[in-house]
Amino acid sequence: MLSIRNLHASVEAKQILKGLDLEVKAGEVHAIMGPNGSGKSTLGNVLAGREAYEVTAGEVLLDGKDLLELSPEDRAREGVFLAFQYPVEIPGVSNINFLKTALNEVRAYKGLPPLEAKEFLNKVKERQKLVEFDAKLANRSLNEGFSGGEKKRNEIFQLAMLEPKLAILDETDSGLDIDALRIVARGVNQLRSKDNAFIVITHYQRLLDYIVPDFVHVLYNGRIVRSGTKELALELEEKGYDWIKETVDAEGAV
Amino acid sequence: MSTKDDELLKELALEEYKYGFTTDIEMDIAPKGLSEDTVRLISAKKNEPEWLLEWRLKALRHFQQMQMPTWQNFEHPDVDFQDISYYAAPKTKPKLDSMDEVDPELLSTFAKLGIPLDEQKILAGVVAVDAVFDSVSVKTTFREKLKEQGVIFCSFGEAVQEHPELVKQYLGSVVPQTDNIYAALNSAVFSDGSFVYIPKGVRCPMELSTYFRINAENTGQFERTLIIADEEAYVSYLEGCTAPMRDENQLHAAVVELIALKDAEIKYSTVQNWYPGDKDGKGGIYNFVTKRGMCKGDNSKISWTQVETGSAITWKYPGVILKGDHSVGEFYSVALTRNKQLADTGTKMIHLGKNTRSKIVSKGISAGLSHNSYRGLVKIGPGAENSRNFTQCDSLLIGDRCGAHTFPYIESRNKTAKLEHEATTSKIGEDQLFYLTQRGIDPEKAVGLIVNGYAKEVLNQLPMEFAVEAQKLLAISLEGSVG
Repeated sequence: MLSIRNLHASVEAKQILKGLDLEVKAGEVHAIMGPNGSGKSTLGNVLAGREAYEVTAGEVLLDGKDLLELSPEDRAREGVFLAFQYPVEIPGVSNINFLKTALNEVRAYKGLPPLEAKEFLNKVKERQKLVEFDAKLANRSLNEGFSGGEKKRNEIFQLAMLEPKLAILDETDSGLDIDALRIVARGVNQLRSKDNAFIVITHYQRLLDYIVPDFVHVLYNGRIVRSGTKELALELEEKGYDWIKETVDAEGAV
Repeated sequence: MSTKDDELLKELALEEYKYGFTTDIEMDIAPKGLSEDTVRLISAKKNEPEWLLEWRLKALRHFQQMQMPTWQNFEHPDVDFQDISYYAAPKTKPKLDSMDEVDPELLSTFAKLGIPLDEQKILAGVVAVDAVFDSVSVKTTFREKLKEQGVIFCSFGEAVQEHPELVKQYLGSVVPQTDNIYAALNSAVFSDGSFVYIPKGVRCPMELSTYFRINAENTGQFERTLIIADEEAYVSYLEGCTAPMRDENQLHAAVVELIALKDAEIKYSTVQNWYPGDKDGKGGIYNFVTKRGMCKGDNSKISWTQVETGSAITWKYPGVILKGDHSVGEFYSVALTRNKQLADTGTKMIHLGKNTRSKIVSKGISAGLSHNSYRGLVKIGPGAENSRNFTQCDSLLIGDRCGAHTFPYIESRNKTAKLEHEATTSKIGEDQLFYLTQRGIDPEKAVGLIVNGYAKEVLNQLPMEFAVEAQKLLAISLEGSVG
């Protein structure tokens, strides 16, 4: 589904990604781990098309389509969803109205008519239940006055509503207590299917106890330096990122 | 902010006016110039009684002695009062019985403007529309239904003929001729406008709505509106305007007076979308309007709601004089400026009675190279025991070449008064735009959503139908072709 080859990207002229390769197939969950500053969040932002991130080399294909050619909104309509590390507040815009607009824009892109009000509301109810999202929050202004945990849960609710092909969770676990973490993970697990894929960006192994990945990749200095299965995450947890840094730096020195 | 977003915002801010077109209807236009003869001509054309002619002439003499103010936060354009024609009437000025008799070209103009004058809506009894086309009322609907309740809703000219005692009693009682130079000018040369009287104890059965437009080239518009709510009466009045594109600046100096007697309530809503000039600020309407309400009786209430997106210069302070004890004044405003538009707008709340309350919510939105000023006065008189004011004044900036300014004035002469003032300034952030576009929302729509969210508290004050229109207007005003 997603094919990233030799991706180089910079922010404010600083090279962050330095030749990243990743293949993600439908039905898979990939975890991206790595120390601070290794380029994890950059990867999410580059895939979503944030303007400040400049791709200097490489290619990204989503089901064969050149993703880097597309505007952020078209990437979203093609099925790329970024669950933000820091979801923004938009005062006065109701969560529901925002979701309806987003959903219908995505449908229009696919040549589908807008959802009828009743269908839409049914979907809202059903999805709220699925990801255990408080109906009261759904009716409030978008993230306005939400706690950190509520904002993260709103990201998962949006994910459930928009049903993207590829969901990128950017440190969704940060700032969550253990109960919220479980709820978020349960939501994600409910949404996993053979047709979609997830890239889970996280600093800690903890989240992967709940969202069990098919593959774990370690990002360091703008490149994937280790790939493995969920055991790699446990090994990392045990040995710490210094272990990766030392071995990789040593390899580089050879 | 990154370059692409900058470009997008620039395009949004520079978008051309969507409602520019002109209508060819034969006009009956007075020669240019302002003198006693002009005033006499207008008065004669309108077949006015002697007292009104005298009133006009007195106003003219005031006008001739007054100076342009200098305190406003923009450079006053040169207005040559001798280069304006003060009277224009469509030549076809029949009294009409049905829509079929209305000039088709006029109807199609209204259709282009999206004015809901279609028969269906009127037959549905949703709104009564007194459509003012230039200076003379062309069509008034639903008069009969209103008449049953004793409500008078007619053109100002008709009111002068049919209800002279009411006009004589209240005309100039809230906005005196000497209030300001444009109020004096309007008093001398006002052409037509609307008149509303709601009798004692009557709740007006429908929203009253008037669409003002400016059509004749070089014709200043001097509307006069007078609304009186008698004891325990209620009325909601809607005013909306869009104007055809023009190259020459057009002066609009209206006067609106509201009078609420004991236990009465008046709600006055405006959506203003006059031609703002091209992206260099050429052309465009000067909207220099004096609007004021008087809460004359105890427990009365006057509420102004305005959504201002048009005009080259908007200069107005709809205010309330809170004379009756326990009376309430409210002002809710959204003023959007872009390109080189200028707005210096706000309100005046004058507390005179005991336990009077006022609330001000002002939301400024500036884009492009525009400047948007809030100017508000809260005045507490010595007798206004326990009066209260709450002011909230927010500014939203789009791009980094526009300006937002706030000039709050407070004069309190009573120690028991409580006054609160809150103000914020914010910018549409790249992070907000990216968040919405990442969910598949078009950048233009995203800006529209953010702006409407910001203005929500004010839009919520509008009657439902108007609120939808206003939301669209805000979105359209910031719309542009995205590259």
